[in-house]
Amino acid sequence: MSFDNKNIRALYRSPLILPFLWMRDAVRDLLPIIGVIGFFQLFVLQKPFPDLGEMLSGVLMLVLGLTFFVRGLEMGLFPLGESLAYALVRKGNLFWLLAFAFAMGFSTTVAEPALIAIAGKAAEVASVAKLIGPGEAEKMTYATHLRYVVAFSVGIALLFGALRIVRGWPVHYLIIGGYCVVTLLTPFAPAEIIGVAYDSGGVTTSTVTVPLTAALGVGLASTIHGRNPMVDGFGLIAFASLTPIVFVMGYGLFLFGIQG
Amino acid sequence: MATLTLLLTTLLATFTDLVPIVAVMIGFQVLVLRQPILNGRRIAIGILYTLIGLVFFIVGLEKALFPVGELMAKQLSDPHFLFGVAETPADAPWWSYGWIYLFAALIGFSTTLAEPALLAVAIKASEVSFGAIKPFHLRVAVALGVAIGIALGTFRIVTGTPLSYYIIAGYLVVVIQTYYAPKLIIALAYDSGGVTTSTVTVPLVAALGLGLAATIPGRNPALDGFGLIAFASLFPMMTVMGYAQLVECLSMRAISRRKNAPPLPKRCGLGRRTKSNESKTGDSP
Repeated sequence: MSFDNKNIRALYRSPLILPFLWMRDAVRDLLPIIGVIGFFQLFVLQKPFPDLGEMLSGVLMLVLGLTFFVRGLEMGLFPLGESLAYALVRKGNLFWLLAFAFAMGFSTTVAEPALIAIAGKAAEVASVAKLIGPGEAEKMTYATHLRYVVAFSVGIALLFGALRIVRGWPVHYLIIGGYCVVTLLTPFAPAEIIGVAYDSGGVTTSTVTVPLTAALGVGLASTIHGRNPMVDGFGLIAFASLTPIVFVMGYGLFLFGIQG
Repeated sequence: MATLTLLLTTLLATFTDLVPIVAVMIGFQVLVLRQPILNGRRIAIGILYTLIGLVFFIVGLEKALFPVGELMAKQLSDPHFLFGVAETPADAPWWSYGWIYLFAALIGFSTTLAEPALLAVAIKASEVSFGAIKPFHLRVAVALGVAIGIALGTFRIVTGTPLSYYIIAGYLVVVIQTYYAPKLIIALAYDSGGVTTSTVTVPLVAALGLGLAATIPGRNPALDGFGLIAFASLFPMMTVMGYAQLVECLSMRAISRRKNAPPLPKRCGLGRRTKSNESKTGDSP
């Protein structure tokens, strides 16, 4: 038996070797962060690791987790997003396409744990600043409203993003226009809400939503005639991180009025 | 035992993350599309893999990285470590926080490389561009952006300059770059700003921001602690567009070095390639 290319390739594809190849990529992705933490702990702070066994088992779980995640993307979320985009385009009904985009944005955001945490913190800050009353019930209502505003804005973002792909509008005019609105609103919004607004833009794009949204956008752009998946397929995530900033600041202005 | 409880609670949390998506999809499948999904079984297994992967990943972060990283962020911003005294001197110059800037940049870079959402977008981009965009290169470009952004963000907390100056200046650079960057990269560059701020980066960076805002005299953690995330989503847009500009420029240089090649378009220098510009270079003998 000679080790020509074909044999080596067959060896690489064998179920015994393949999992280790996938894991090699995960290890490569995690090495820098372990290196940085190790360097600062041992050489800069000059302290030993508090619990080395716990840490090593955690690193092993990180490697396994990243490996499974990437395999799962290629088998599950990517093909699902693409086949849904294809089926919706073939249906030929713009209303249902936009309704689907809105429903996906709204439903994935409204129960997002990071958003719940941020909304609770925002209610605390607003209560300390005497923007809302001190009672628990008032804080609760404020936090819930805030969550619905953010979820609604993400729904609108995906709806608008899908419409953009269908119509072929250039993404940069919309995004730059949106950020102009953000910079115009910032000086007028109450200081207590600005931080929340910027942060809510960051938390809306969770690790499950991002791959599905990317696959949906690319699927739409490659199914619709005359759209380029590279130019038109991306951009949904950018919309989903922009609109919450605008909507939350708008909500703050509506609720509390213009502040110095 | 503690690990097992952590695994189960994380599984529950990730599962509730997944439920609304699955519900919307089944709803549309049954009510609107009325068509079986191709390869349904394989897709279901894939989603299960994603779920398992995320659970392991999050538990691994909680066990290995977050406790040490958060403690480290606190210790590094501690006046004992930086100045050797219990209280930060009121007139400490900005350069005395050197370790903080280095830690901010390195932690931003390395956590972004491990960010699963960015990995997903990078794989998709390489698929769509038929391998022209290398997933690893794209992720390094984004990670560089996050590193610069977070280092600058800590500098802002130390000096106490207004956040809006930096953000508006940054958007101006993005607008100018959008005008010159290759059209293919623009949407992807905007997207990469949004994906950097998820599972790995946010908790560590937030701990750094809050720790820093709490120790420096005159800073308010509730108001000054948050800006770092805005920085982490702004700068990757610049570095990704810059990466595309660099690749385009290098490949054009390589083409122009061949024999009988058309002269180098002005785009690599300062000028923007326009129709009239192109026809001029084409007509010259």
